[in-house]
Amino acid sequence: MQQNHFNGLNAIHLDVLREIGNIGSGNAATSLSSMLDKPVNIAVPQIKVLDYNQVTEALGGPETMVVGLLLSLQNDLSGMIMFLLQRDFAHMTLNTLLGTSLDDFSQVDDMSYSAMKEVANIMAASYINAVAALTNLNIGLSVPDICIDMVGAILSVPAIHYANISDKIIFIEDEFSSDNERMVSHILMIPERESLEKMMANLGIDI
Amino acid sequence: MSQSITVGISDLNVTSAPNLLVTYALGSCVGICLYDPLTRVGGLAHIMLPSSKAAAPDHNPYKFADTATMDLVRKMELQGANKMRIKAKIAGGAQMFAAITNSSIANIGARNTVAVKEVLAQLSIPILAEDTGKNYGRTLYFNTLDGSMRIKSAIKGEWVW
Repeated sequence: MQQNHFNGLNAIHLDVLREIGNIGSGNAATSLSSMLDKPVNIAVPQIKVLDYNQVTEALGGPETMVVGLLLSLQNDLSGMIMFLLQRDFAHMTLNTLLGTSLDDFSQVDDMSYSAMKEVANIMAASYINAVAALTNLNIGLSVPDICIDMVGAILSVPAIHYANISDKIIFIEDEFSSDNERMVSHILMIPERESLEKMMANLGIDI
Repeated sequence: MSQSITVGISDLNVTSAPNLLVTYALGSCVGICLYDPLTRVGGLAHIMLPSSKAAAPDHNPYKFADTATMDLVRKMELQGANKMRIKAKIAGGAQMFAAITNSSIANIGARNTVAVKEVLAQLSIPILAEDTGKNYGRTLYFNTLDGSMRIKSAIKGEWVW
């Protein structure tokens, strides 16, 4: 296997990534929970190395409507953090925070957009702080960017970024939900290959 | 019976009337519909990147505007299409996120669109319709009965080119 492809990961690497995802998303869920003042559940993270077409299938089919929030990793790491929020989940979050009663995205105004971005900002920062503390790396974040559209179209952005390097994409996927099962949403951390190696190296693991 | 054939990301397919070619949720990728109205042979490619020039040697040729379009024309000719008659309709190339500064993906939708137009110009294939840019995703239905391209946006509705 070529170095550039993400396939050379063994069981230990996957365990480490899962743990990174666990700690990161645990922190992110805690900060969301305190913003909303209600419990937020997270599932055990999954590490996925997939073809692009499989990625959208894994997230409910390419035409599923989601709220996508994208932040770039900066400083010691490069890559992206992407939130894919189900619409119901985004409505619930906005309604809880702003005291509104949205149930349709056509009603979303600038205020809601900034609130959504701020939620992503706080959650991503919590995620990254935990990963930074664990790996002893200095990790920064760009300002969040938002897009409400079909998940396939939103995911074309990280997919194209990685298409330069590999036909596959690796991500740490964390499912989180609040109130009921239908509101499952995802945090994806999509590190670049060198960043993956850096995290592993700082944890004393060869890759 | 008309069949609906799905074209995935970095993929292409050729069929003829009365079949339908579909590609879902084009974001910054570009969908290239090629059609020979006489034989009613149609081809659809869903490309992700402008150029194969800097690609690894084992790359998938259908990922790039240049190689995918060339291969698509070749495959259509094998099914009886004549390059002289082939016309194009293209869609996609949106900028999904407004403020991305990362150099490899900044303006990638626009760069993909430009690359597709360049390769079509090289092949002397005229572009009859173009539904590109803006900031929303598009699902594309290409009908080989009449060469029409129907675009569906989750936000903006549906229309036909």
